Amino acid sequence: MSDWDVDRAVDVLLEAERTRAERGPITDEWPDLDLATAYAVQDEALARRLARGERLVGVKLGLTSRAKQRRMNVDTPLTAWLTDAMVLPAGEPVPQDRLIHPRAEPELVFVLGQRLQGPGETAVSAMRAVETVYAGIEIIDSRYADFRFTLPDVVADNASSGYYVTGAVGRPPATLDLSLEACLLEVDGKVVDSATGAAVQGNPGEALAMAANSLGERGHALEAGWVVLTGGMTDAVAVAPGSRVAAHFTHLGSIVINGG
Amino acid sequence: MGDGTHQEAADLLLGAYGSRVAVPPLVQSHPDLDLAGAYAVQQLQVEAWQRDGRVLQGHKVGLTSAAMQRQMGVDQPDYGVLRDDMFYPEHHPIDAGTFIAPRVEPEVAFVLGRELRGPGVTVAQAAAAVDFVLPALEIIDSRIRDWKISIIDTIADNASSGGVVLGSRPVRLTDVDLRLAGCNLYGNGDLVATGAGGAVLGSPLISLAWLANTVGEHGVVLQPGQVVLPGSVTSAQPASPGDTWSAVFAGLGTVTARFGRNSA
Repeated sequence: MSDWDVDRAVDVLLEAERTRAERGPITDEWPDLDLATAYAVQDEALARRLARGERLVGVKLGLTSRAKQRRMNVDTPLTAWLTDAMVLPAGEPVPQDRLIHPRAEPELVFVLGQRLQGPGETAVSAMRAVETVYAGIEIIDSRYADFRFTLPDVVADNASSGYYVTGAVGRPPATLDLSLEACLLEVDGKVVDSATGAAVQGNPGEALAMAANSLGERGHALEAGWVVLTGGMTDAVAVAPGSRVAAHFTHLGSIVINGG
Repeated sequence: MGDGTHQEAADLLLGAYGSRVAVPPLVQSHPDLDLAGAYAVQQLQVEAWQRDGRVLQGHKVGLTSAAMQRQMGVDQPDYGVLRDDMFYPEHHPIDAGTFIAPRVEPEVAFVLGRELRGPGVTVAQAAAAVDFVLPALEIIDSRIRDWKISIIDTIADNASSGGVVLGSRPVRLTDVDLRLAGCNLYGNGDLVATGAGGAVLGSPLISLAWLANTVGEHGVVLQPGQVVLPGSVTSAQPASPGDTWSAVFAGLGTVTARFGRNSA
């Protein structure tokens, strides 16, 4: 018999985040942790964040590349919660003293103008709810050593949430070809990677619809005004103290962050 | 290392074109070959092709991405030539016997309107020399067995060139942001890779200026009408007989290469 339960997993993960103490995968000790239970851990962790005064501002999507989904044996993105405490204001250095091993990934960010409730959403219907598209850089962090985890582990850990920065240029989605909106990722001025929105589920609108549908099955809607981080376009790059990470987008401007 | 040995290495590679049988890495058969020697081996093949009546219709730059340079352990690109018989039309199947181990790379092809004579060419002069750009799929290939190439091998082997398929809609440089233009590469309908033009040395124009300056030191001038392939926007992807590969570029449209199932 395992002496693990949802509450203990939440305690362990939030404490690891607070103390910046990385740990091994929970599934090493609790092999019965399945995906449904992992989402229960995520939801309870959100309840604790809200109880301490944070505000729910949106969701982030993970595992939005088809290649990664095949490797993890799933066919839909995973979701996690965003609170206002995860916002990194433009120009602020990455708070290295609150992170374990931060990595940056460029993303397309949606702001919803209407409530979105699955199941039954399609890319077209889901995109009707999107008011504005921004560029973003997500600073992910994992409470697991070396980012080594199984799917339930990472879901329980709020999909490696850390911080996120949004760009200054907002555009209506109908004015953009999101599948060809490109991003050039630089570290210390050197181009290290590039990608387009197609890397996100073929088109980030597909990822949004799938996320709305899976959230809907769990009884959640995406609310008007929420932010949706649609998932990393490139692989994540390490954010070292003193480094400079920049993401340049075709029509959504540039974001430059100071690694702290 | 003497000219005779360079000729021997060149003949080995020319033989592989004829037989479609790749040879072992030159770093094994010719361990003394250095960078300059490798370019000399390439030049001997170019001269052989010209003696056979082939015309140089352009140049290519390789090893232009951070990932490829890391993989090869180098900090600069390399270059090769494009012969007239390396250009294949869009949508028509390419005979399966044409290549040994082909891979495709999406690129933004420059077509020059004026000559570029290095060294000393700036990015501004490189931009001014471009007549128009076309979307392109470069087909790279290796006469070295199983692509077991070092920087020396690929330079000697004409920068692992194979062929090129050009799209048909010319676009002026002023009408597209080449650095931030997105590109999606599809193999048989599956999205296989994505990227932006800036993956090529930070900007494809930097690659064009680098080429003009580097070959300029050897007295080679880039000529009006020539095509320059500046480097791949994504990682190279292996192609098989029967495959259809398409690249979609923001602002430049699409280009499609078909690989035939049969060899003549």
